[in-house]
Amino acid sequence: MNLWMSFFGGTLIGLAALSMYALNGRIAGISGILGGAFWERGMERRWRLAFLLSLIAGGWIARGGAMPSPWHGASSGTALLIASGLLVGFGTRIGNGCTSGHGVCGLARQSPRSLASVLVFMAIGMATATLLRPLLTGGH
Amino acid sequence: MRLLLTSIVAGLLFGAGLMLSGMADPGNVLGFLTVGPDWNPSLALVMGGALLVTAPGFAWVHRRGRLLDGRSFTPVAHGAIDGRLLAGAALFGLGWGLSGYCPGPAVVSAGLGHTDALLLLPALVTGAWLARLLDR
Repeated sequence: MNLWMSFFGGTLIGLAALSMYALNGRIAGISGILGGAFWERGMERRWRLAFLLSLIAGGWIARGGAMPSPWHGASSGTALLIASGLLVGFGTRIGNGCTSGHGVCGLARQSPRSLASVLVFMAIGMATATLLRPLLTGGH
Repeated sequence: MRLLLTSIVAGLLFGAGLMLSGMADPGNVLGFLTVGPDWNPSLALVMGGALLVTAPGFAWVHRRGRLLDGRSFTPVAHGAIDGRLLAGAALFGLGWGLSGYCPGPAVVSAGLGHTDALLLLPALVTGAWLARLLDR
């Protein structure tokens, strides 16, 4: 992995979050935008749908418009993927945000709630990936 | 109209950022979350790069008290840290560490047709819907 590219990609994510905040006063939190795309109505739903479709388009353009190919080294098995999705969806809504809302935006707002959230999900995420995931996947 | 246009531009930038940074690939995320000799620091650089833009940028918006178009803007007051926040973050961390997918990469990967993400994303939306039911 090219670390400079990671840093550069991070600044693009930061620019995206800053433009939503400075132009619209909105937090670019993907978990909230995704939920709202389902249960909001009218313009509140439309801007979220536009954001999510553009998110996919931006990813597609950045990889040169190539068709999908399997990612390296993260195949997890169906049960694990579904359990993971349920936990991520439930947890981010109960906890009001994910890596983007609490991480990229909340830390920038100097929100104590976001700092607490980031510390907890980072610590639990690391413990899970390091200790629990190898047991469930047989070390892959 | 402006909200739609800025959402499109921000979405494109965000999606390109996720892809170029390697974060759309859960292998890189798991590489960061798995502590050991093969530790992959890229997620920390992504977060650092993003915060280098958002931290001064958000502070500037707060100092101005206005959005870029001049509308007055009052930041939302900081709420209290409660059990619900911490439980949500813990459950999210657990799910995140299992697969390496958080919501942004899940949307991008599913949209680009990756089978793992196509399984995970409907479960993610179902989980969010269950959390919403709790609030009724």
